[in-house]
Formats: sequence, structure tokens, C-alpha cells
Amino acid sequence: MAGAIDAVTMPKWGLAMTEGRVVAWRRAEGEAIAAGAELVEIETSKITNVYEAPVSGVLRRCVARVGETLPVGGLIAVIAEAGVAESEVDAFVAEFNARRAAASPARAEATPAAPQTLPAGGRRMRYLRMGAGAPVVLVHGFGGDLGSWLLTQPVLAERFEVLAPDLPGHGGSTKEAGDGSLDFLASALADLLEALEMRRVHLVGHSLGGAVALKLALQRAELARSLTLIAPLGLGPEIDAGYIDGFIQANRNRQLRPLVERLFANPAMVGRKMVDEILDYKRLDGVAQALKTIAGAVCNDGRQVVALRPRLAEIVVPVQVIWGEADRIIPAAHARDLPPSVAVHLMAGAGHMVQMEKAIEVNRIIERFIGNVATQP
Amino acid sequence: MSKKSFREAINEALRLEMRRDPRVILMGEDVAGGVGAGGEQDAWGGPLGVTKGLMPEFGRERVLDTPISESAFIGAAIGAAATGLRPVAELMFIDFMGVCFDQILNQAAKLRYMFGGKATVPVVVRTMYGAGFRAASQHSQSLYSIFTHIPGLKVAVPSSPYEAKGLLIQAIRDDDPVIFCEHKMLYDDVEEVPDEAYAIPFGEARVRREGGDATIVALGRMVKFAEQAAAELAARGIECAVVDPRTTSPLDEETILDLVRASGRLVVVDESGPRCGMAADLAALAAARAFEALKAPVAMVTPPHTPVPFSPALEDAYVPGPAAIAAAVLRVVGAA
Repeated sequence: MAGAIDAVTMPKWGLAMTEGRVVAWRRAEGEAIAAGAELVEIETSKITNVYEAPVSGVLRRCVARVGETLPVGGLIAVIAEAGVAESEVDAFVAEFNARRAAASPARAEATPAAPQTLPAGGRRMRYLRMGAGAPVVLVHGFGGDLGSWLLTQPVLAERFEVLAPDLPGHGGSTKEAGDGSLDFLASALADLLEALEMRRVHLVGHSLGGAVALKLALQRAELARSLTLIAPLGLGPEIDAGYIDGFIQANRNRQLRPLVERLFANPAMVGRKMVDEILDYKRLDGVAQALKTIAGAVCNDGRQVVALRPRLAEIVVPVQVIWGEADRIIPAAHARDLPPSVAVHLMAGAGHMVQMEKAIEVNRIIERFIGNVATQP
Repeated sequence: MSKKSFREAINEALRLEMRRDPRVILMGEDVAGGVGAGGEQDAWGGPLGVTKGLMPEFGRERVLDTPISESAFIGAAIGAAATGLRPVAELMFIDFMGVCFDQILNQAAKLRYMFGGKATVPVVVRTMYGAGFRAASQHSQSLYSIFTHIPGLKVAVPSSPYEAKGLLIQAIRDDDPVIFCEHKMLYDDVEEVPDEAYAIPFGEARVRREGGDATIVALGRMVKFAEQAAAELAARGIECAVVDPRTTSPLDEETILDLVRASGRLVVVDESGPRCGMAADLAALAAARAFEALKAPVAMVTPPHTPVPFSPALEDAYVPGPAAIAAAVLRVVGAA
């Protein structure tokens, strides 16, 4: 009778998350579910997202009511084998809650990873590093920061050592963006990897960060073990220049929200806090200038001016491209006609922030890709 | 980013702006301390140590200890602002506005208008307000509503260290006179504050919590009390939005009205008195512009219309707290 009983607990998406609200169940009590299946929709002040079952089994108990807010680590549901008695599930729930209540004040979230800063190449660079295994580097896009990977980094960190830096001009890094060019940003990233003694890494880049990752792989071929480009800049001339200009200028929640919503196929994912956090960042001295400089270096007159498509052929390590079909910033059509060696994943129902909007699928694609490369001799 | 107190956040804002702009000067009673005396220099940094350390960095030329005459040095600061400096004058307690009110009301607030925009008065008056300090009726009032009433002034009422730093930097960079109101019970509150300078634009409320059952608008020290009340109510299944207007003039009417229209219930929490104060002003806003959405009368949580008592027991009863706020929410949602 000693079947496995597993707790499904409130996840921690991003550094600031302390609690989440259960919005809807995707599965009902009594259903058999596989690990990775979409289980429950959770809303935080920043983002609304689907949480997947951490293990396979039968969904025996939906502990949290719809509408209920739970702290990170709080019990949402119980998954157990079919043979486990109801009384055992009851006892499990009671014991879990009792143990949490007893430990609660001192528990302080088992030391969550915190961002660090260090001087690299004479610049202040902030980064968040977690996990162990093959080294992976996540490079955010224009106006983003390491938080752009809040649904990606903790999952990949279960198998890999994952570094998420803030590029110059972004997040907690220096607001000096040099000439704003991809060369500059790629060199700054190379300096950080050097300072952290990360010598051969799997590069994952989103949007502007995709172009930075690609540029780094071209500059320093020995650094890259693989390249995952998510809705990257540089593969075609089209871009929503109105978004770029509007993002630089917006200084109110009211102005910025519709722009941030344009990043998603489903704007309901965007919580008020996501917009407020971007505004807090944009209001730091130096950010507006940095963003203008970078935008000016990669776009001109409403078109992208960095053409990296012809240079993809120079990359000898495995390359994959992931794109949301409903991307309104950089069209998914840029994923067409790439060299045959490049694996292309088009995601239906996802916009530019595909790594957030289809986090479960994108995480799986990245894990499998890196896993395969990492096991090659 | 590091944890900073409200006091440190204000000190840092002053320091960064003084480094950035040589026109920024400080004036006030003992803002350094020790001037003209042989004893300890920079002995005080103001009565609660907010400006300590600035005189040693910027010198007596830019950090001016003034005589105990608000009418003189607030007037001098306004004159200096009109002639090219960007003074930050410390009016120790907001209660002392009475002796320098003409300078603020008729000079600072009016010059830009009366000179057709050819003159500006980029002065900041930093001032302490609020009860809870056992400082009696003449050092405990929350008079920001009086300044809010006067066209030509901008009024900031920060609720936390993060807000204090960004709002003060905006105040110093702003070309209009700003009354910057610091609650004396907030100075030791601590939170994460960026090390860099940042300016929070005036007239944009911060929605600190979302919730559809009722909207709580709170100011200054009352914001954290409203958040405590909202957290307690959430445990009982009642979800409240908590809004901090951050500035009372200009006021972000649209954000407040959006949330009132969404919830249909408004609780305003204001430490200034109930008559002609911010609570009455916000209640009027909801009644005039969102009447059709209101499902219950607006609840005003304020102190009573009396001077602040000196008796500690009475002073504690005077100041609105989380329990009074929660009770008001329960009334408007019909649960009490």
C-alpha cells in the first residue's frame, strides 16, 4: 500500500514572488496525469501562467480553492497513485500543513538564489546563477533583464548550471551602453563569462539577446557549445519600430501597458507589476539614453540594420530557432529558409515573449536540445 | 540595490542630486549643526539626522544652517530659487508653516503664474508631519491637505523608502515649488532601494495590491496600514486593491477612478483631518465621476476633528490603524 504521495506546491516565479493565486484548475480530482501536464493556472501580481504537474500519478486532491492565495511553497494539490487510500491523502495534507506551520517563521525560503554583481571588463554587471551541470547562458532582449527568464531559469537549473545576466544598459548592470552595438554587448557578455570562468557555454538568447548570443558565437567560436535563438533580432529587416520608440518614451503605466501587452499573444498574462517593474527600471538615470543608443545601433528608419542571417552558416555548433507564430514585434516569417542544419520550432498561440507564454514547451525544447548536445562526445 | 531606510533614501537622494547639479543647496535649522561654534561640526543633520554627512561632502557654502526663523529662511530659499538656485529647505515640522505661509502661498506658488511663465521657483520644502511621535498638538499634524488646496504648489507624500528617494529626486528636478511631506514615523522603515538616481513622475499613483472587492486609497504612513488590513482581509476572502497616490497635487484621478469603477467600493484613509482633507476630496472625486459604479457609500477613515492629543493613550486612539481600515472595508462590502 505504500504508494508514492507527492505535494504540488506554489512555485516561485521570479525573485519578488512571495505568493500566488489559484485562478483555475486545468485537471479535475481523480484524473490521471503525466508529469509535465498542464495542471493549474496561477496568477501573481506580475504574470499569469500555467503550472505543470511535477510528477505523474492521479490528481487526488485539489487542496487550494479557486481564488485562493497561497504563499510560495504552500500546498496546492496532492498527486498520488490510485491505490493510496483517501485516509492516507488526508493524513499527508494534515502533516504537510502542520509541518509548514511549525517551520514557517524560521523557514525563510531555503536561501533562494540572489542576483550578484561584479566588475567585468571595467563594468558593473549583474547576474543570477543557479543550478549545476552543463553551463547555459540566458541572454534577455531589449528593455528586459534576468527576470525575462523567470519561468525558464529555475526549470533549466534542475539539470544545468544556468547564468542569466543583465546586459549593459539593463536591469542592475551598468547603464553605460557604449556604442550600443551588438559587438559591444557581445564583448560585455564575453567579459562577464571570463570573469565567472565560464569557458564553453550553451547560449540561449531572446530577441536582441538572440542577436547578441549569435554575435558572441561568431566573435568567440570557442565559447559556444550550442545556440538557441528565440525570436531573435538579425534574421530579417522587419521589426515593429513603433514598439521600440514607444517603449523608450513611455513613462506611465497607462502608456507602457499596451506596449508590453503587444509582446504577448494573450495580453491577460501581463500583470500590473510586470509593467510597474519595467517602469521602475526605465526611470533609473541613464536607462533612456542607453536604450536609445542600443535601438539606434540595431534599427534605423523602422528597419533592422544588423543582418546576421548570412553569417549563420559560419556557426559550426548546433543551432535551433524558436518563434511564436503570433509574434507582433519581429515576424515569425524570419524563421523561414534558414540553413537546413538549423532546427526550427514555431509555437502556435504565442507572441514575442514565447519563453514566457509557452514556458513549458520552450523549456522542454531547450532541455532536450542542450541535453543532446551535452551528451555528445 | 540594497536595503535602505526611509532616512537613508532621502539622504541619498539629496547627495546624488547635489553631486549632479551644483545649483542644489540645503537650508534649515541644524541641517548640519555646529555652525559658528567651536564644538562638533555636522553634529545633527537635522533633528532626526536625515541630512547628516552632507555638509562634510558639500561644505558650508551648500549646506546652510539657518537661524530659527522659518519666515526668513523659507523666504530666502524661495528667492534663491527664483534667481537660479535649486534650494531644498527643511521646514522642521509642517506645523511651523504658519510662520512662513505667505512666502509659500503668495510668493512661491504664484510667481510663475504672475510672471507669465517667465519666472520659475524650483524650491523644495522638506517637512515632517504626522502623529505617533508623542510630540503634542503643535508638532504632530498632517497638514498636506492645506498645501494641496493651493494651485501652484506640488505636494508629495511618500509612503516608503523607494518612493521617498524617487519622489524627492523628481521634486528637486521639478521647476515648480514642491512641498515634500515626510512622516516622522516612517524614517526607520527599510526596503530595497536602487543605488542609482531615479525620478518618479508626479501624478502617477502606485497600485500596491490588486483586488476586486473594494478599493483602498491611502496616503503616506497609512499605505502600510492599508496593506496590513488588506492582507488580513484577504485571509477572510475579501480582496482589496490598495492605491498610493504618491502625490496629492497633481493627483492621479484616472487610476483611482478606474479601480473604483472596477470594485464599486471605496475606502479612503487619510491622516489629515476629516474636514476639507484628502479623504473628503477623494470621496468627492468618486461621487462626482464614478457615482454610477458605487455600490456603497464611500468610507472615510481619518482621525477625529480634534487637535492631536498629547496623552499617549489618546494619541494612539487618534491615529487610524489597520483595524479601523479593515472595519471600514467590512462596512462597505456589507460584511459588518
